Amino acid sequence: MNEKKGSEFSRKIRRIILEEAMRARVGHIGSALSIADLIASLYGDIFSSLDPCDGDRDRFILSKGHAALALYAALYLKGWITRETLSTYCCDNSMVGVHPEHGLAGIDFCSGSLGHGLSIGAGAALAGRLRASARRVFVLVSDAECNEGSLWEAVMFAAHHKLANLVAIIDLNGQQAFGYTGQVLDLSPMAGRWRAFGWDVHEVDGHDTEGFSRAIEALDTTKGAPHVMIARTTFGKGVSYMESQIKWHYWPMSDMEYKKALDENGDNV
Amino acid sequence: MRRAFIKTLVTLAERDERILLLTGDLGYMTLEPFAERFPGRFFNVGVAEQNMVGLATGLAEAGFIPFVYSIAPFACLRPYEFIRNGPIAHRLPVRIVGVGGGFEYGHNGLSHYALEDIGVMRIQPGISVVAPADVEQARSALEKTWGLPGPVYYRIGKDEKTLIPGLGGRFEPGRAQTIGDGTDVLLIATGAITTEAAAAVALLAERGIRSTLMVVASVQPSPVDDIARELAKVKVAVTVEAHYIAGGLGSLVAEVAAAGGISCKVIRLGVAETPGCEVGSQAFLQRRHGIDAAGITERIERAVGSRAGSGNILPERGGIHGS
Repeated sequence: MNEKKGSEFSRKIRRIILEEAMRARVGHIGSALSIADLIASLYGDIFSSLDPCDGDRDRFILSKGHAALALYAALYLKGWITRETLSTYCCDNSMVGVHPEHGLAGIDFCSGSLGHGLSIGAGAALAGRLRASARRVFVLVSDAECNEGSLWEAVMFAAHHKLANLVAIIDLNGQQAFGYTGQVLDLSPMAGRWRAFGWDVHEVDGHDTEGFSRAIEALDTTKGAPHVMIARTTFGKGVSYMESQIKWHYWPMSDMEYKKALDENGDNV
Repeated sequence: MRRAFIKTLVTLAERDERILLLTGDLGYMTLEPFAERFPGRFFNVGVAEQNMVGLATGLAEAGFIPFVYSIAPFACLRPYEFIRNGPIAHRLPVRIVGVGGGFEYGHNGLSHYALEDIGVMRIQPGISVVAPADVEQARSALEKTWGLPGPVYYRIGKDEKTLIPGLGGRFEPGRAQTIGDGTDVLLIATGAITTEAAAAVALLAERGIRSTLMVVASVQPSPVDDIARELAKVKVAVTVEAHYIAGGLGSLVAEVAAAGGISCKVIRLGVAETPGCEVGSQAFLQRRHGIDAAGITERIERAVGSRAGSGNILPERGGIHGS
């Protein structure tokens, strides 16, 4: 199942997702795997020189907070959090929970309630403009998150104010907690909707890390419309029995499933 | 209070360029002084209160002090979760300005009434809640809270003239202000309806009932010590608020009395039931719900007994209108 388009960085992210989800016996594995390549592109490439202590840094908001394990893995691989911290995932007295907490180094904003992140991101982008800063703001939302009306409030605002330094990334995996998006609340045509709202729309392969990074770096974030990267992804990407399966939104792995998942990721145990 | 508040905000914004003003398309004939003076720092975000609070969260994290403005229920109820998960969770200096407490938008109906804003805000430990009683207190309250590190909710009235006798614009975060020293009854009020409580004080005096009026504009941080000290002096305290009875000032005072083991009866006056479809002026609705000066006076007389004997006719209100 492992296509060569994903990077070594994303393979490492997947391994950590599997290890920590197994140790903590929690779910949301499929959602984290879905964005592993996008996170790898962002943290392995686009944020390669970012200093998390620089007030004028690019901002990143994981608005689909339930996929936080992929982000924690990247923060660890970047050296921003320790292995010791990472291994407290879902333990008592840990800042590494199911959803991101801003007290953790490298997390700009808490998330967990869908439909909130893009408006914060629009505010952060507006702040960058008011400060005459070149900083960019990236907000990763889920496709089902586009069910939330509040998201479209932010979409309208960003387009009206031409927040070119705002980049929304949609993890278009076609699934949500309780069904497939096409059956629950059809969002198609996703690109057409964002285009109609005045955004600069790009449809990309969400598992092609190099291609995604190139597409991001090609954006003009100094003027014009805000950008949305509609990233086609596979829910549970990289673990055959999880791919496109609804139950892996919440399901934890058994020992046998864990071994198979690691094998498929190229990690022999 | 709205115009005084904005006028003060303009003065503060002259000194500190971090101050921004966002509105959810409300404030016509009120916000213009700021919008015209600082066009680059004023944003009408459209009718989108959730986004407005989300924007303010992102702006505040970047070092700005954004004020977001709307009619009170739109400012705090619609985006409540955004306030909770945004400025409160992140401890950011977002200022929520809700105009019109209680029935100030009387003819507009329940959608425009703020009857639970103080309650829903004060149950969040991480936000200051400020409800000035009059124009002068609105001015001083803003001057003393605009720079706080965490979020603030302001409940701002529409009355631009009435002054509470003896208040003199006093305000301190975490403190209450007392007027008078009568011990027959303690009246405790918050927000613009303090004018009715002050009028009740005058009516009670005519009946020989001596009272103290305590103004709680700093609902949070709560003036616990001030409330406890005054409760200990009386047998009956009456809270007055343009708010549902549960969750607001009356609940705060009852909590202080219970926690302090203070032997004082607390009568909570407020709105006891969801208003029906009958709209009317603020005065009409306050009278209907028993929180106008006459209603407050009557309730207190029943509680403590009239010392002036029976047969008195309620005089006209007066003497509390400032310039």
